[in-house]
Amino acid sequence: MFDVFPPVLVYLLGAVLLPLLPNAALRAGLSLLVPVIGGWLIWTLPEGNHAVVSLAGLDLTLIRNDKLASVFALIFSLAAFLSLLYAWHVRDRVQQTATLLYAGSAIGAVFAGDLISLFLFWEGTAIASVFLIWARGTEGAYHTGLRYLLIQVTSGVILLAGAALYWRETGSLAFEHMTLGSAATWLIFLAIGIKCGFPLLNNWLADAYPVATVTGTVILSAFTTKLAIYALARGFAGTELLIWIGVGMVLITVVQAMIENDLRRVLAYSLNNQLGFMVVGIGIGTELALNGAASHAVASVLYKAVLLMAVGAVLFRTGTAKASDLGGLYRTMPLTALFALVGSASIAAMPLFSGFVTKSLILSAAQHEHHYIAWAVLLFGSAAAVMHTAIRIPYAAFFGPDSGLRPHEAPAHMLLAMGLTAAFCVAIGVYPKALYALLPYAVDYKSYTTYHVVQQLQLVAFAALVFAVMMRAGLYPKSERSIVLDTDWVYRRLLPRVVGALSATMGAVWALVASAQERWLRGIILRLYRTHGPASRIALNWPTGSMVQWVAIVLGITLIVTFLS
Amino acid sequence: MATEVLPHTAMTLHDHLPMLQILVPFFAAPLIVFLGSRRLAWPVAFAASVISLVISWMLLMQVIDGGVITYHIGGWEPPLGIEYRIDAANAFVLFLVSAVSVVVLPFAKTSVADEVAARDHTLFYAAYLLCFSGLMGVAITGDAFNVFVFLEISSLSTYVLIASGAARDKRALTAAYDYLIMGTIGATFFVIGIGFLYMATGTLNMADLADRIGTQGGNRTVEAGFAFILVGVGLKLAFYPMHLWLPNAYTFAPSAISAFLAATATKVAVYVLLRFTFTVFSPAFQFEVLTLQFVIMPFALLAMFAASFVAVFQSDFKRMLAYSSIAQIGYMLLGICLLTETGLTAAIVHLFNHGITKAALFMAVGAYVLRNKDTFYNDICGMGRKMPWTSAAVVISGLSLIGVPGTAGFVSKWVLVQGALEKGWWPIATLVVASSLLAVVYVWRVIEVLYLQPARSDSTATEVPMSMLVPIWIAAIACIWFGIDTDTTLTAARSAAAGLLGTAGQ
Repeated sequence: MFDVFPPVLVYLLGAVLLPLLPNAALRAGLSLLVPVIGGWLIWTLPEGNHAVVSLAGLDLTLIRNDKLASVFALIFSLAAFLSLLYAWHVRDRVQQTATLLYAGSAIGAVFAGDLISLFLFWEGTAIASVFLIWARGTEGAYHTGLRYLLIQVTSGVILLAGAALYWRETGSLAFEHMTLGSAATWLIFLAIGIKCGFPLLNNWLADAYPVATVTGTVILSAFTTKLAIYALARGFAGTELLIWIGVGMVLITVVQAMIENDLRRVLAYSLNNQLGFMVVGIGIGTELALNGAASHAVASVLYKAVLLMAVGAVLFRTGTAKASDLGGLYRTMPLTALFALVGSASIAAMPLFSGFVTKSLILSAAQHEHHYIAWAVLLFGSAAAVMHTAIRIPYAAFFGPDSGLRPHEAPAHMLLAMGLTAAFCVAIGVYPKALYALLPYAVDYKSYTTYHVVQQLQLVAFAALVFAVMMRAGLYPKSERSIVLDTDWVYRRLLPRVVGALSATMGAVWALVASAQERWLRGIILRLYRTHGPASRIALNWPTGSMVQWVAIVLGITLIVTFLS
Repeated sequence: MATEVLPHTAMTLHDHLPMLQILVPFFAAPLIVFLGSRRLAWPVAFAASVISLVISWMLLMQVIDGGVITYHIGGWEPPLGIEYRIDAANAFVLFLVSAVSVVVLPFAKTSVADEVAARDHTLFYAAYLLCFSGLMGVAITGDAFNVFVFLEISSLSTYVLIASGAARDKRALTAAYDYLIMGTIGATFFVIGIGFLYMATGTLNMADLADRIGTQGGNRTVEAGFAFILVGVGLKLAFYPMHLWLPNAYTFAPSAISAFLAATATKVAVYVLLRFTFTVFSPAFQFEVLTLQFVIMPFALLAMFAASFVAVFQSDFKRMLAYSSIAQIGYMLLGICLLTETGLTAAIVHLFNHGITKAALFMAVGAYVLRNKDTFYNDICGMGRKMPWTSAAVVISGLSLIGVPGTAGFVSKWVLVQGALEKGWWPIATLVVASSLLAVVYVWRVIEVLYLQPARSDSTATEVPMSMLVPIWIAAIACIWFGIDTDTTLTAARSAAAGLLGTAGQ
């Protein structure tokens, strides 16, 4: 039937087989086997278009393999393997199946050569992933999941509408580079933008990710948004608008990441923040920038995974991921703390860690193309990331003031998963050539120049200094108040006000918008219920009279129309 | 008429297929009554349906390339005698009706035993076969008055079939009575319209009518005839503001009948509308184009939304499906209103795809009725675990109802959207997509009830027997099959659309 075996089928087969296995360890074993086989298939997949099937007279290309697609597919396979290893203890068939379907759809979407199969897998990721949120089992998780599903499915529907219009305009359904301008391309752009967390379209991300199960959040963080990054790189590389959107993404999430108390939500904001870097890279659109975006996606999948795994392990052991309740856990969870530090060093782009070799590609690209504002914002974003994620997460959870909690070290399989992921973070940082070889374009770039190393170290040191000063001064939001203040009054007076005012305004605006939206929706639904509900005139039950009246009316209208013409 | 007209020299059984198509079920009905055996009633009905299905398949294969079969009853030449005239459009409908009957009947055996009083079973199957042959007759005939006759045969037996739901719920009687009144009004309007045409042309044969109307052009009589026929047929096909008979009829009829009627009766009425708009009249008439665009299309669009909203707020699965049917008929009418080959293809293919989708869903309803007595959402909650196979079929066919890619429902909506875009009517295309979102809501409500709510503590429901599951799954798999293998349906629908428009073009 197919000339090559599509990797997505391995995942589908795995998802079909898995619920039939009676033994939980067998199921977990199978779920680990699937990404390995899938990864091997992807590795050996020949380049070009394969597995073309015909649907409704349209030729669908299930496999379009080039370097851009394969690098994303490979990192997805790796992420699937690592997060399934991390989820070894999960006994729930639904979560295991959903994970396989989710990863499989994401990989299928990356290989999709036309807009229709992209749409199919696009919706596949939406539907499969929502079960990871629902698996939490709480009332709140159910409603969050519904909201998440609604937004994700809407994104798919917009994509489909765009695809239909695109076909009408160009006569082709191939998913290739497109230029913004027509309604079709704007719709497709918008659909990708929702999944990518563009500013104002991003609220689902921080809403849903922290609500999923311990393992679910790790899995969620890897696929949906990176898939959107891939789609942008494929379809809209070099669209200048993206630079500004990316800049907006970097800026808008900084404040929220700083003031949030739930560490998993901090990581969700920070994830959104890192996506901004990739979007800027895609907007610049040069080979260097696209390489940067792709490699940063790879690095970010890994370090975000290790950080979420570490926080997840803390949540798993202590039952909370709130910054205010944690602290000092390094005493009993030393390994988890160590891995979290590796993740932090990577996101902080410390030399010898993955973030360094990937982020510098994007920064250099911005410099080369003279996008200085974007470059400055990215630099600011990097510094802020050091503060709100790289230092804050380990500080709040593992170091920092002792919370008195003495949980056990994370279970062995979690440690193994975290260790492997952390090892990848270091490996990429130490030997970037291996990653560079996988990138879409040939890389002729040296990341370890004195200039880069010094610049990055300065940045990290400065950010660390600011964090330390703010912490010492009690200026960092929601921090301990027991330390005596003896620092500069400007920071003492000014910063808390600025941050406080900003957070208060933003919070108020969000609350206002949310409640207005809710009231508005509620009003509409009530009105619809009154007009269309079971008790309304439209749904009348015994209606011979009104029916005859309508017959007369329709006949009258028809006669008038026919006679007038 | 461009097509070759064969003189009546039918000698072999093969040449008599068009007649046998009607005669077999039509004579099987009295046979059931004469046999008078409750045990034999079902086998006879089933055998008649299977034979019909085989014949309709043979006919479809003969005409799928655009050929036409004409059959003169009793050797009387039309326009004096009655002519059966089969082209791709009605062969497709004949095949749909008989296929649905063959799938639904095995299901009906168990379901009817549960929902209809035992002493009525023989008469029930006799009425069923009459209804079936009436619907087949409407589709096959090439004579306008004959359409009316067969329409009445099917309608009268439909009233009986709906009333037989009274064993479960007495309201079936009032529903049937209401439908009787309204259906009769519709049929009367239809026959008045034919009367006008006869007055203007002096003929009842459709091809002849088309010729004469074509040469003499439109006049007040013809136009009035058109308006009356439109309203009469519109009532039968549950055209939006005249749909009011449908929710009660479908809700209180026995489930097997709801499944059969939802998949066939309104579809046959849509076919009649197609036949009259494109063969007897033609879009060459300004009055027809204007009527379609200014009367039917607004109401079709209204149906897509208003009926969907009503469906969203229903608390009974069966009733929800009834309202959803009204909304789906809006899509078919919209396709017709586009007056292009793509639009007509969309209408015809949706007629088929929606038919199998609704057959699957209404049969699932029957399964729930068998185990839970009712299909209110608080009766069927948690059935995802207790009746996993039935519920999985509901999910699949629900997806097809929404129009998710990979299912039959997607194909027809995709073609419809393409048809609208072809004409540059992108707001219409947007509306089609937007109303599909409403389908997401009402289907989702059912899925939520089935899977995410706990079953009632006093529920003793178990999975239904194979005799019901197999037909449900045949229909559900058909929803997927025709979503992936779209060539069969689209080729037939395109050929039918081309035939209708080709005739109209002259």
